[in-house]
Amino acid sequence: MLLRTAWRRAAAAVPVAPGPNSTAPTRGLRLRVVDHATQSDVPSATATPPQAESELRPLYMDVQATTPLDPRVLDAMIPYLVNYYGNPHSRTHAYGWESEAAMEHARQQVASLIGADPREIIFTSGATESNNIAIKELESAIQPDTSLVSVMTVNNEIGVKQPIAEIGRICSSRKVYFHTDAAQAVGKIPLDVNDMKIDLMSISGHKIYGPKGVGAIYIRRRPRVRVEALQSGGGQERGMRSGTVPTPLVVGLGAACEVAQQEMEYDHKRISKLAERLTQKIMKSLPDVVMNGDPEHHYPGCINLSFAYVEGESLLMALKDVALSSGSACTSASLEPSYVLRAIGTDEDLAHSSIRFGIGRFTTEEEVDYTVEKCIHHVKRLREMSPLWEMVQDGIDLKSIKWTQH
Amino acid sequence: MAASSRAQVLDLYRAMLRESKHFSAYNYRTYAVRRIRDAFRENKNVKDPVEIQALVNKAKRDLGIIRRQNAVKIAPTQRPRGIPTESVRNQQ
Repeated sequence: MLLRTAWRRAAAAVPVAPGPNSTAPTRGLRLRVVDHATQSDVPSATATPPQAESELRPLYMDVQATTPLDPRVLDAMIPYLVNYYGNPHSRTHAYGWESEAAMEHARQQVASLIGADPREIIFTSGATESNNIAIKELESAIQPDTSLVSVMTVNNEIGVKQPIAEIGRICSSRKVYFHTDAAQAVGKIPLDVNDMKIDLMSISGHKIYGPKGVGAIYIRRRPRVRVEALQSGGGQERGMRSGTVPTPLVVGLGAACEVAQQEMEYDHKRISKLAERLTQKIMKSLPDVVMNGDPEHHYPGCINLSFAYVEGESLLMALKDVALSSGSACTSASLEPSYVLRAIGTDEDLAHSSIRFGIGRFTTEEEVDYTVEKCIHHVKRLREMSPLWEMVQDGIDLKSIKWTQH
Repeated sequence: MAASSRAQVLDLYRAMLRESKHFSAYNYRTYAVRRIRDAFRENKNVKDPVEIQALVNKAKRDLGIIRRQNAVKIAPTQRPRGIPTESVRNQQ
């Protein structure tokens, strides 16, 4: 008995350190210290990848923030990064001509996805730049009473689909320009700039499995929409956006659009099924869960749930093996609850408890099941620790409490 | 070129699945295998030889893409934490 106590004391004294485990667990967490490149005197030409033959990483469930490159997109881009590196505006040699041809082909691919003419697509550095160009148009409008309506097609925080065709019809009848930020919608739901009477549209590459740093703006030609350039210089892109067009990036954007057009139906069906699976499983196992956003006009791949009596940040931290977000990446640095949730009338405390689950083209059923399992486990655990939850269980109506000041 | 026979289509299907298993990234690997299976299954009743040939040509192009993507080890192998590896799962 003495021996056992001594052993136990010795075992307790050893600090618990993460390290490679000899027994491979079938499920559950396995923390592995990823070997970062150590400081060495001799700088190596290339950074050596981590020593482990396989790198363990969290599941990715944050597609609204950004998406991985589709292998078909990377395949299309590589030749323009390696071999065909000409400037598409060089007019005097084959390098320029082939680069220009690739750029124009990409333009056609983007246009085809949204029912536009290729002459109406201007490449930019992303949807943010496109938005700025569109909104600056307001300042350069000729008539003093011309105005612009700008609406997101699909919201990035709660996935709600705006009634674009309706808005387009109204704007068109009132002779008001209609701009939409379609970053989260392009390639995911069918869009047609003519059916929906859209005058300006922002497109983002990295939201549709394309590269980061590139986007496009659609600018209607008939009737002509005049915009003022944000960036002036050599007059590229019909003078609307000077600067060398980055051929490898736009080729990637074009390829991403083409793939999206082909895969839209398949992806939508699959993502809807996975979204249904996720919400059903969570709602079945946990009480007091609210889905934010209109369930009818909703893009399935963006699920925003509020877990009452659980703080969103602590749930995010608990779900450390899953890459998730509460609200949008753009505002994640601030501690304020999402302006979107506030706008739809969510209670302050529920707004702080929201988590956004993103399901995309590459999300697997396994990942969804694992996320659900961990989510249920941690919500239950956090609620056990919550005095508010305890009070609710005792039948106290929290709204009736008069909290005193200290 | 003669129209693709059933045997050729099946060979193509097997080759695509085989190559897809070499993707080092879990998400790409699972997507490729799933997509290939679903695509071949969806089109299994196509009768028009012109349409069949077009589908076969597209599949051959995609096979080329998979092969090229896997030929170069662009990034270290990636696995999501918590998802058991195929080998472990096969033991269960």
